[in-house]
Amino acid sequence: MKALGIILAGGSSNRMQELTNQRAVSAMPIGGSYRSIDFALSNMSNSRIHTVAVLTQYNARSLNEHLSSSKWWDFGRKQGGLYTFTPIVTTSSNWWYRGTADAMYQNIDFLKRQHEPYVIISSGDCVYKVDFNELLDYHIERKADITVVCKDMPAGTDVSRYGVVRMNEEARIVEFEEKPMMANSNTVSAGIYIIRRRQLIEMLERCADEERYDFVSDILIRYKNLKRIYGYKLKTYWSNIASVDSYYQTNMDFLKPEVRKFFFRDEPKIATKVDDLPPAKYNAGSDVRNSLVASGCIINSKVENSILFKKTFVGKNCVIKNSIILNDVYIGDNTHIENCIVESRNTLRANTYYCGENSIKVVCEDNDRYVM
Amino acid sequence: MIRKEMIAMLLAGGQGSRLGVLTANVAKPAVAFGGKYRIIDFPLSNCINSGIDTVGVLTQYQPLRLNSHIGIGIPWDLDRNHGGVTVLPPYEKTENSEWYTGTANAIYQNLSYIETYNPEYVLILSGDHIYKMDYEVMLDFHKANHADVTLAAMPVPIEEASRFGIVITDENKQIQEFEEKPENPRSNLASMGIYIFTWSVLRDALIAKKDQNNCDFGKHIIPYCHEGGKRLFAYEYNGYWKDVGTLGSYWEANMELVDLIPEFNLYEEYWKIYTKTDNVEPQYVSSDSIIEKSIIGEGSEIFGEVHHSVIGAGVVIGKGTVVRDSIIMKDTKIGDNCTIDKAIIAEDCEIGNDIQMGIGESAVSKLHSEIYAFDLVTVGENSHIPSNVKIGKNTAICGKTDKEDYPDGMLAGGEYIIKAGEGK
Repeated sequence: MKALGIILAGGSSNRMQELTNQRAVSAMPIGGSYRSIDFALSNMSNSRIHTVAVLTQYNARSLNEHLSSSKWWDFGRKQGGLYTFTPIVTTSSNWWYRGTADAMYQNIDFLKRQHEPYVIISSGDCVYKVDFNELLDYHIERKADITVVCKDMPAGTDVSRYGVVRMNEEARIVEFEEKPMMANSNTVSAGIYIIRRRQLIEMLERCADEERYDFVSDILIRYKNLKRIYGYKLKTYWSNIASVDSYYQTNMDFLKPEVRKFFFRDEPKIATKVDDLPPAKYNAGSDVRNSLVASGCIINSKVENSILFKKTFVGKNCVIKNSIILNDVYIGDNTHIENCIVESRNTLRANTYYCGENSIKVVCEDNDRYVM
Repeated sequence: MIRKEMIAMLLAGGQGSRLGVLTANVAKPAVAFGGKYRIIDFPLSNCINSGIDTVGVLTQYQPLRLNSHIGIGIPWDLDRNHGGVTVLPPYEKTENSEWYTGTANAIYQNLSYIETYNPEYVLILSGDHIYKMDYEVMLDFHKANHADVTLAAMPVPIEEASRFGIVITDENKQIQEFEEKPENPRSNLASMGIYIFTWSVLRDALIAKKDQNNCDFGKHIIPYCHEGGKRLFAYEYNGYWKDVGTLGSYWEANMELVDLIPEFNLYEEYWKIYTKTDNVEPQYVSSDSIIEKSIIGEGSEIFGEVHHSVIGAGVVIGKGTVVRDSIIMKDTKIGDNCTIDKAIIAEDCEIGNDIQMGIGESAVSKLHSEIYAFDLVTVGENSHIPSNVKIGKNTAICGKTDKEDYPDGMLAGGEYIIKAGEGK
């Protein structure tokens, strides 16, 4: 593959509420077994990209733990590899990453050292599957300077949290507006770009000279009329997690047969860190309906329309409905959980009641797991 | 080169013929166990958990699955710069090229492998038992007793002792006598087939007995050491240990895992069992499913009912199908409206719709009455079973079968269809 990969995984989002207190959005658990960054990483690995840099900043501990070995995505190779770049203090700079363009600029030496002619940039908080080779062919065919992967959102979607684009008939982007109040298109940028490496270096250096730091507003939007910026429409599943609602919805999408088939059965598959957990166990009294259950779970009661991530323990006589239980949660007996997202490593006491009334409730308890 | 204190030699070459069609294409240590694992994962995980990072795996019978499972040992952290896991098949020599003719002969043919690491002790393991054991504690026992050979032995009920190799020890656990399957056992300590040898003692014994036909540890090497006045000790082990050598014991050991708190608990944080993980996705349970008292592997999709069963990874169980008291291995697909009772179905099978399995009266197997007993239906890997057939108890199926193989749509109890694999 003639491209290297950059994954922008630095962000937090206050619309994720307490969920990003513990981790960056890119490390959010997805679909029972995965983390959101697995999708970008696996897509790159499956497209035979050899060198990938992950740029992290916000609360990266959980993410770094997830990336502690590159072998899960098959990056532990003599050529290339998986690099994690956090902001560092040097004689010339002691800044945090001030934006996505700045994050790349601060690692421009890395970009200059590589030999691949192209760079694929993906955000780490999108759930999607794409063959970057097709994207690269498209980019070269159009003689584009930058190609932006775009997705048509269903009519009626509130697109005000996305970058909204409008393309002309030959797919060139003629309008690009970041988080518009009023949108006149339902095509949004998927946060995935391809650009020639030399071109990117030149643009980043120019940006830095002008003290501009954001890739979207300071490069894509500013260069929109000067450079040939094209859109590549993604026809398959794509979802971005930036709020509690979109996070909940993205996970619940995995209960749909077509989404499960796309991500779980169709090749190439999404890889993730392997945890060596035993298979899930259903004891007497378990009654599981329309749910996803990850490995290491032990279930003793009713679970409906829910997603149990790895190592969930569900006690007796519980009811879990329309909920997402993140990794390693212990749920005591007679507990009722409805319309909730339960944060990882939580311990929910017996005989408790949690219910999201009009919206999804995020449950973060600070109980001790083992009571003496 | 850094000397290793103890290395392990894992005997994984046996066919395990008493597992019938389950080992038609794979060696016994590669047979799936517990919804996710293979039998060899248990000794390999015990090794790494005990701090042993050099393991030679001796393969002979149908090694393909074993080789691809073990690879370079990544799942067990046995990919090492020095040591790690090495697969040791029999190899050609200038003269006297032969297969491994016995357990000790297999080790003898790989003396040079052991010499490379020049260990002080050698641990001999077999790849067909389910247990968790800290070999380091056993080594401490070996050292504390200045032993030349230490055997792991476990107490068995005295009425069953005549099925085992029995050791008779003094109060310090030094072995006085051996009895192989005695009629009137004088002790209930059964040898588990796990040995620690002081390397120099093992080397001398192997060389002394090199011309012995079918040279075997239990039959030749241990008696040779005993007669030669070496210090033999029995290390008493009291944990869970299960031989899964027969279809009955294999089925039982799997079924024990679904108990509320099984004696052999895979869910403990301590002493993890590692395996090669091919599927990572979660399993899906549909709106019409009923699952109880079962364990189910990653990525399976359950649309029917599962009661008291062990289901592997990537299995699909169709709508209206009821699975009871059965073991279904990796990537097997079962159609709709089937009834599966007390069956063991190996990997990658395709089972049609409207099939009744495990029906009728018990009948003696016409293929092999001792292997296919226990009222089980046993289906070998990569088998196909066409829709609308009935299958009785103590039956065996292996290979791609079609309608014509089932007269009147029925495979009566005790019958068999073997169209693929060893024993065709």
